[in-house]
Amino acid sequence: MVTLEPTHVLDPKQRARLLAALYIAQEQYGWLSPEAIQRVATRLNLKPGQVYSTASFYTMFTLEPRGKFLIQVCEGLSCYLVDGVDPIIDHIKKRLNIDAGETTPDGKFTLEIVQCLAACDFAPAIKINDELHGNITLERIDELITDLSKR
Amino acid sequence: MIEYAVMFEPVLTRNIHRKDSEKIATYLAHGGYQASRQALTKFTPDELIEIVKRSGLRGRGGAGFPAGLKWSFMPKDPHIHKILAVNTDEGEPGTFKDRHIVERDPHQVIEGVIIASYAVGASRAYVYIRGEFFLGVKRWIKAIADAYERGFLGKNIFNTQYNLDISVHRGAGAYICGEETAMLESLEGKPGRPRMKPPFPTQSGLFGLPTIVHNIETLACIPHIIQRGADWFASIGTEESKGPKIFSVSGHVEKPGNYELPLGTTLREIIYEHAGGIRNGKQLKAIIPGGASTPILTADKVDTPMAFETLEKAGSQLGTGGIVVMDETTCMVEVARRSTKFFAHESCGRCVPCRIGSVRLYETLERIENGRGLPNDIERVLYLAKNIDGNTFCPLGAGLVNPARSSILNFREEYEYHLNHKKCMASAH
Repeated sequence: MVTLEPTHVLDPKQRARLLAALYIAQEQYGWLSPEAIQRVATRLNLKPGQVYSTASFYTMFTLEPRGKFLIQVCEGLSCYLVDGVDPIIDHIKKRLNIDAGETTPDGKFTLEIVQCLAACDFAPAIKINDELHGNITLERIDELITDLSKR
Repeated sequence: MIEYAVMFEPVLTRNIHRKDSEKIATYLAHGGYQASRQALTKFTPDELIEIVKRSGLRGRGGAGFPAGLKWSFMPKDPHIHKILAVNTDEGEPGTFKDRHIVERDPHQVIEGVIIASYAVGASRAYVYIRGEFFLGVKRWIKAIADAYERGFLGKNIFNTQYNLDISVHRGAGAYICGEETAMLESLEGKPGRPRMKPPFPTQSGLFGLPTIVHNIETLACIPHIIQRGADWFASIGTEESKGPKIFSVSGHVEKPGNYELPLGTTLREIIYEHAGGIRNGKQLKAIIPGGASTPILTADKVDTPMAFETLEKAGSQLGTGGIVVMDETTCMVEVARRSTKFFAHESCGRCVPCRIGSVRLYETLERIENGRGLPNDIERVLYLAKNIDGNTFCPLGAGLVNPARSSILNFREEYEYHLNHKKCMASAH
């Protein structure tokens, strides 16, 4: 019988848990820090490189710290067609005084520009953490940001 | 076509306007789980494959592969462990039908999963859902838990010898995972990069086991085919495109939304009779019929029936049936730029024509749009498109060139205007 290194005895079902494990780690750490990656690797008996290659492929995993509230603005075609995208992005940038991809100094908000959220029926759409907001107006954005600033 | 609209009764969306439409009690109160009971207790797997073949059902995820034929590719050997993988990784810009199905009526999909798994001899099903669909994930999990509780999943379903387990797996933001082999990679915990075909998933799929992959709208059709019969299903639609279809309509229309209609309904009927026509009384200029990766059509093609064969003849594709409507004020260079940006962002990076080509294509389009275009940039776009299409590992490459290529084909004068006047023709009106 051939003896293999423990890391080579890769149970495919074990690796299949990786995306779920990364979600849990991200929730606990706030982001996928090198420490979080290492912990996931140890728990699933994978190499850190294997964990990193999956974590870095998917846009919903973040390898950098991010704000408490992640504001994602859809710049897809249908959101653009209803005059949504550019005024909304400009407004949020001005209101929070950050650029796309940045986080406010108080660590509250991160602004991200994303591709289609499959919410074209209530375009323009934005997503804040796990919640989708449709038919967005500049007034609605102000309300949402004011409300979240208090939390 | 109008006669059809009168006779046609929605089936896939028949429950979604009811209160608590996603709950199992609502589903059971309106005839739920009778089709799967019937399938498991009255039919053999081979009979079911025959019924689905006869119905003419083709995949609703974009490629349109005949479902029954796919089922017949699965090995018959009962000793081989087989898998069904359910694709809820909807991400094609302009498409939002799967989101509605899973959020509002997930149980009809579970029935489809039970019937399809039984027919192909799979005892394990994996649901893959787009990570951004937070509500969808919750609805899937709840629906599956409720189905287990009632004995519709698990051991000895409907008191037969048949066992089936389902679990939900959440993606994490990657359009490419809608491609079936990339989805299998992602289910295995790897980066979602497509696999070489052959072997096809029905030979070697998830964990190397024979796997059948279906879009959820395809699966949602199955219980209705069993209950109403293959002939009923085949009586709806056109020669090569059978059954009902959910069309997502967005863009410059009065009433964006999902509309379930027979395949073969014209774009005109969908846009003007169902989606309320062009908003603000403007004129129709262009239509994307099947999601961002399908070629753009000009307004004069508005009488084209929404079916696989008719759209192909018109120079486009049915794709996902995600219709994006554009009025006279739309800049087609910007439409191409924006769509190409999406594909450049979503390229998995595996092969050069797609990884590099998509970015070069985007840069060139951006240059033209911003009035910095070079004299031979239109030729450059066509050259890049020619060298990407057909030379990529997976179908993303063929799709990514469509917005640019079809907009040059149909609206070349707008590109030329951008190059000559350094500004947009549509906004100059």
